[in-house]
Amino acid sequence: MFNTLIPQVSFVVLLSFFGVGAIGALLFRKNDVISNGWSSFFAIIGSLWGLFFSIVTIIAGHNLSFVVGKSSFPRLALSFHIDTLAGFFIFVISLISLFCSIYGIGYIKHFYKKYDIGVFCFFYHLFIAGMLLVVSASNGIFFLIAWEIMSVASYFLVVYDRNEEENVKAGFLYLIMTHVGTAFIILALLLAYKFTGSFDFETIKLGAGLIPLSVKNIIFVFAMIGFGTKAGIIPFHIWLPSAHPAAPSHVSALMSGVMIKTGIYMMIRIFLDILQPIPVWWGLALLIVGSISSLLGVLYALTEHDIKRLLAYHSIENIGIILLGVGSALTFLSLGMPQFALLGLVAALFHTLNHAIFKSLLFLSAGSVINQMHTRNMEEYGGLIRYMPQTAMFFLIGSMAISALPPFNGFFSEWLTFQSLFQGVALSGFYGTWFFIVAAGSLAFTGGLALACFVKAFGVSFLARPRSAEVAHAKESSFSLRLGMWALATLSLLFGIFSGRITLILQEIGRGLTIFKNVPSFIVVSSRQSIAVGNDFSFVSAPIFFSFLIVTFLLVMFVMHFLINRNQKVKVGATWDCGTDLTPRMEITATGFSRSIILIFKGVLRPSIQHETEYHDSESRYLSRSRTVVLGVQDVYQAHFYQPLRKAIRTLSLRVKDIQSGNINLYISYIFIALIIALFSVL
Amino acid sequence: MTIFVWILQLVLVPVTSPLCIGIIKKIKAKLQNRQGASIFQPYRDIWKLLHKDEVVSSDASWVFRYAPFIVFVVTIVVGASIPLFASFVNNTGVGDILVIVYALSIGTFFLALAGLDVGGGFGGFGSSREMTVSALAEGGFLFSLLTVALIAGTTNVFSISSSSMLVHGQSLLSITLAFVGFVIVLLAEAGRFPFDNPATHLELTMIHEAMILEYSGKRLALIEWASFNKLFIFFALGSNLFFSFGIAQGIGINAIAMGISALFIKVFIFCLIIAILESSTAKFRFFRLPDLLMTSFILNVVAISLIR
Repeated sequence: MFNTLIPQVSFVVLLSFFGVGAIGALLFRKNDVISNGWSSFFAIIGSLWGLFFSIVTIIAGHNLSFVVGKSSFPRLALSFHIDTLAGFFIFVISLISLFCSIYGIGYIKHFYKKYDIGVFCFFYHLFIAGMLLVVSASNGIFFLIAWEIMSVASYFLVVYDRNEEENVKAGFLYLIMTHVGTAFIILALLLAYKFTGSFDFETIKLGAGLIPLSVKNIIFVFAMIGFGTKAGIIPFHIWLPSAHPAAPSHVSALMSGVMIKTGIYMMIRIFLDILQPIPVWWGLALLIVGSISSLLGVLYALTEHDIKRLLAYHSIENIGIILLGVGSALTFLSLGMPQFALLGLVAALFHTLNHAIFKSLLFLSAGSVINQMHTRNMEEYGGLIRYMPQTAMFFLIGSMAISALPPFNGFFSEWLTFQSLFQGVALSGFYGTWFFIVAAGSLAFTGGLALACFVKAFGVSFLARPRSAEVAHAKESSFSLRLGMWALATLSLLFGIFSGRITLILQEIGRGLTIFKNVPSFIVVSSRQSIAVGNDFSFVSAPIFFSFLIVTFLLVMFVMHFLINRNQKVKVGATWDCGTDLTPRMEITATGFSRSIILIFKGVLRPSIQHETEYHDSESRYLSRSRTVVLGVQDVYQAHFYQPLRKAIRTLSLRVKDIQSGNINLYISYIFIALIIALFSVL
Repeated sequence: MTIFVWILQLVLVPVTSPLCIGIIKKIKAKLQNRQGASIFQPYRDIWKLLHKDEVVSSDASWVFRYAPFIVFVVTIVVGASIPLFASFVNNTGVGDILVIVYALSIGTFFLALAGLDVGGGFGGFGSSREMTVSALAEGGFLFSLLTVALIAGTTNVFSISSSSMLVHGQSLLSITLAFVGFVIVLLAEAGRFPFDNPATHLELTMIHEAMILEYSGKRLALIEWASFNKLFIFFALGSNLFFSFGIAQGIGINAIAMGISALFIKVFIFCLIIAILESSTAKFRFFRLPDLLMTSFILNVVAISLIR
């Protein structure tokens, strides 16, 4: 059944769903309801089709290459190559876009009459289709086109809520950063083209041996900067915390959950597949980059009290964790230990999948809260668990998953990442061991700090008393919003409990790459779903842990409620207030909660404090009328990296401007000099 | 026999942990020239609290009401999945160092949320301090367990405890360094001196007590009991992973009796160390704690680099 033609047709059908959705939404833009319905319908059908397509691709394990049409440009071919790795990313994209689209049905209602829904839906579809094309394109130029479709469509989604000036600014920063990234990607592709004579990824892969090592290293650095900008590694992350919050929440979920992963996909594709064999330092460099991004990402997240910026910084942290997996895979591969490398890749892929799930869950629940509260500032929430109990539950599940608490899915991918790093630490007689120790250490601290950060995020937003009057008007979100979140929360638990089965599937996906074709298995999964790594080096079983926890919990509840003492009374009283009236100002704030950690890491975070005092009498300055204290964090990247860079570029441009005097005689002399030089160089 | 061993494994931690606290308090009293309460006093306290009525804040949500159960259950689960007196009960699939570290974090997570839930000033800063300390302790905790795991060649705690590492002496230095690091983490995680004073209700210094200030009755009993369990879990980890002699390697009355008495002796030594430490040192200023925790982490990094 799955013969030569059907997969191609079904992939084209998949793309056409999004195409029809995009165009239809534009046609019906006069009517908000119809265009929302049309677009959501096709997005959901398309995502379901994408899920089906990717699952069949992964199970069949075929490599699928085909060319659609014939282009009139010699180097451009609309060629696709879908192997199991690409299939996996299509799965992730479809999965998240399915739930985001369900969520979107209800979410975009508050844009009705305010903005043009048709345009939004058009770019939404274009964005998803762009991501699908990015992971399946097999021609460099075609890939760049797809990459641009994805980036530009997401730019328009970021600036959709254009009445707020901040969003437009954020979009502009995003547009610039993404194109700086693209410039580096183009350079990397051109270098590869120079030595292999083709833009086709398969041809480059075959001719990878023709590329000299020094050029390969340059390609690595360029690709790291280019794709790293999209993935949001530090210090190229500055667009991420401003662009993700600006977009509508389900688009933030897609951007944070899926789009930044296309950067990871291309890194895996180029470093692990196309440019093999590679030097050791690439992997070690990725380990360092991953450690820095994960540790700094979570530290910056701690400083935030804007809920979506906080989540955006956590995306940087998780990209770092994924890179630790990829980095260890690259290192082991260069050292000739492919079975360890496969473990690292499996860890990276599993974390990619898990992060997509729990991060979109968190963004969606944050979106529901923002929809009710009309502010992203956590300091104005408080006590929302009473008004939005289900949203609170979803956010709690997401928080537990992202803090890697078992039995949720985040724990098992971090467990695998730790295992692959432990293998590196256990290597003897290799200087790179130190890199693995640093990586494992930063991962351990990242886990602890992420826990602290989500205690803050959940506690300050949902628990205790309301901190503003607005909270009392909050209502539980509508059905479609809850359905999208509910599904993701369930998946978060299920992917944890069935982590054994998923690990096996991911291992098969990894084997789809040429270098892992016949690598012996390092991960054994028993019938009880327990994952074992190495020869009994470690093993963990999610279902056993889960059932142990639940059974003990029920047992303890039973004993406490029915056996110990049945006729106890529970009185409800006020919180102890030290004899004063309890006000919201007595609760700890998000800023206050993380202040001690920020002060401990003040060498890295550079906290700033500003006092402003207004006096009754500005002459004598004895009695102060009001005092303001502003606590913040310096933007080190802006001050020490981007500003000097901007200054240098500006100075250079001013110098270049000097040769343009506007005098036509001077220009004619330039032409004359250029001609003379050309003449001499030809002769 | 197997069922007997399993039940023993399951109930040993909750049953003996209050005794351990009683002994520490007794030793401390003796060192202060006091008579001190009986070593069984913690049992009486728990029993008393379990039968009292309780007051719950009107601001509290279900997180506050269920957190004590979750915290307590986590300590039971972790307590049952670490080697206590026998290294062969190893078929749980949860006895992994990472599972232990992160499962204990579940308890910390809910306890800190419960502290925030009532909306009082104390609970908030208690949670903030607790999360600061536990975030920084995580690196040292994981790496001290990793050191012994690497020496034993497995991250499963039962397998670690069954391999007698001290026999070949080349890793003695590593184990000693890792143990020192582990003790620092133990003090931090269990809320003992110099990190936290378990006997204080002074707002400037309390961490754990500040979080649970609003609890009373049954829920307070559970939380107190859970913190006893947590201390005992750390004692058991310290005694069986770093000094695993005496642990029962096979089924049999003698071996198990031997294993249990070895555990008690080792835990008693731990109690003695803690009591002497608490009587001889003062609590550190809060912002000096990170230095101590970093010391623990660095000791462990050195320990790992000294293996082989």
